[in-house]
Amino acid sequence: MLQRIRFLPFLPLYVAIYFLFLYLPILLLPVFSFNDAATTTFPLAGFTTKWYASLWGNSVLLQAARNSLVVGVCVSLLSTILGICAARAITRYRFRGQRAAGGLIMAPLFLPEIIVAVSLLMIALQFGLQLSLVTVILGQVVFCIPYSMSVLVSGFEGFDRSLEEASYDLGETAFGTFRRVTLPVVAPAIVSSLLVTFTISLDEFILAFFLSGTEPTLPVYIWGQLRFAAKLPGVLALGSLMILASVVLLTVAEVLRRRAERRTQAALAH
Amino acid sequence: MSTAAIASSPEKPAPAKGIRWLHGEEARGLAMISPTLLYALALLLVPVLLVIAYSFWTQNYLEIDRTFTFENYRLALTEPIYRDLFVRSLWISMLTSAITVVFSYPIAWYISFHGGPHKNLWLFLVTIPCWTSYLLRVMSWKVILGYGGVLNTGLMAAGVIDQPITSLLYNANAVVITLVHSWAAFAILPIYVSLQKIDRSLIEAARDLGDGAVRSFLRVTLPLSMPGVISAFLIVMIPTVGDYVTPKLVGGKDGVMIATAIQAQFGKSANWPLGAALSVTTMVLVSLAAAAVVLSLRFAVRRLR
Repeated sequence: MLQRIRFLPFLPLYVAIYFLFLYLPILLLPVFSFNDAATTTFPLAGFTTKWYASLWGNSVLLQAARNSLVVGVCVSLLSTILGICAARAITRYRFRGQRAAGGLIMAPLFLPEIIVAVSLLMIALQFGLQLSLVTVILGQVVFCIPYSMSVLVSGFEGFDRSLEEASYDLGETAFGTFRRVTLPVVAPAIVSSLLVTFTISLDEFILAFFLSGTEPTLPVYIWGQLRFAAKLPGVLALGSLMILASVVLLTVAEVLRRRAERRTQAALAH
Repeated sequence: MSTAAIASSPEKPAPAKGIRWLHGEEARGLAMISPTLLYALALLLVPVLLVIAYSFWTQNYLEIDRTFTFENYRLALTEPIYRDLFVRSLWISMLTSAITVVFSYPIAWYISFHGGPHKNLWLFLVTIPCWTSYLLRVMSWKVILGYGGVLNTGLMAAGVIDQPITSLLYNANAVVITLVHSWAAFAILPIYVSLQKIDRSLIEAARDLGDGAVRSFLRVTLPLSMPGVISAFLIVMIPTVGDYVTPKLVGGKDGVMIATAIQAQFGKSANWPLGAALSVTTMVLVSLAAAAVVLSLRFAVRRLR
């Protein structure tokens, strides 16, 4: 057994402080969104829900929310479909240039986002594309595929090939095998990828900022509001709702991902 | 017998090489990845090549002069304002990644060695804040660190200080604090993965042979987790060098970074070639700095052993 290390008693304390540091910013937004004052100061002034109520009447905000929803759904579907292709190619086959192809697809993780944004802006305008939600979707998909792929690769890995081979031997077509054998096993990973990419798209700012033209998504709308101090409480309420949405979506995604992991492990054990 | 084995079995009459290749495992793999690969080629590689091409051209009012020139790079590297921004951006990104790695390492170590049966839950809790909106988190730090912000008014209400501290917001420190917070999970995860891979019996062996806790950590655990530390360093350092939101919201005058200058060339200044040259220079500089960091970390670890 590992011997207990002398500084260990301090470690849990350090972990607690670290977690406080991690969670403080996202817990403060909800706290002040219910605060009955236009400024973010202590002590708190009292409880109110008026900042949330003020969101409903705001038509610009609702339009931005609709834009975000459209973009999020399109981005999550597209990047998950493309992620499935790539993840399956990587986990199921071996071919020349595999590492290079995988590297290119994963590259957005290792690039400053502003460079991706600038290059997409240039190519869009170069080909005469009008900046719109379509350009935002195209750009965010590039950015989301790596995340979709890492979720899917972990779901596809360890998937027992002999199940598919049995299905081929019994006369199923490639598509039939995918639908009836592969899909049920990897379905949780796919749903998890859909949720994760939707969340990333919902929160993504830089690409949307450069590529949205006159159709703001929620983060672009918030960016515009930050200039006005008086708008802050409304932004805090909206931000709290967005954080809540992200946390719920990610929790569901995580539960599904773990279920997928257990299922592939169970399939391996048989 | 597996289908793949049948396809490649030598008894089968071997068709011409090209045709066999088309029907083999390779072709199917390539076909499978091609939609994603084509997408990445069209919307990642081609755009980046276009940026590189532009960086050698010149903006002539509304026209683009396509004569090859190094003028943009000369401007990017000699103009004091850009030089300062490059130096500051590199410095901030290196400082951020160093702090993030140092402060995250114990967390990764704790989860890996003392996480018990709930390691996945710990990791999930670490990643949650990093998945929520980046813009909102930066905004939250602005609220925390501001003159009339949470920290100042909180400390004043608690009687710790009489006057608000003015040096919290709108400087490079505020940028570093915010970035360290934003990238914490990206540092913890790779370090955790490399710690998980360490064979625990090696550490026991070191202890059995008389190394103390600290020595066995320095000579076994730390060197073996170095791949994770290095990838954590890179995955934080390279993206943060081009961060736009954080310097803009909490950086003030002393915290401006290169992304602001790049954005300006695509906005009101409308000088795409210069913006492209600034982008390419940023990438080259951060790659060089990253290589230097990797080499010196490797060297340091070899000395430790």
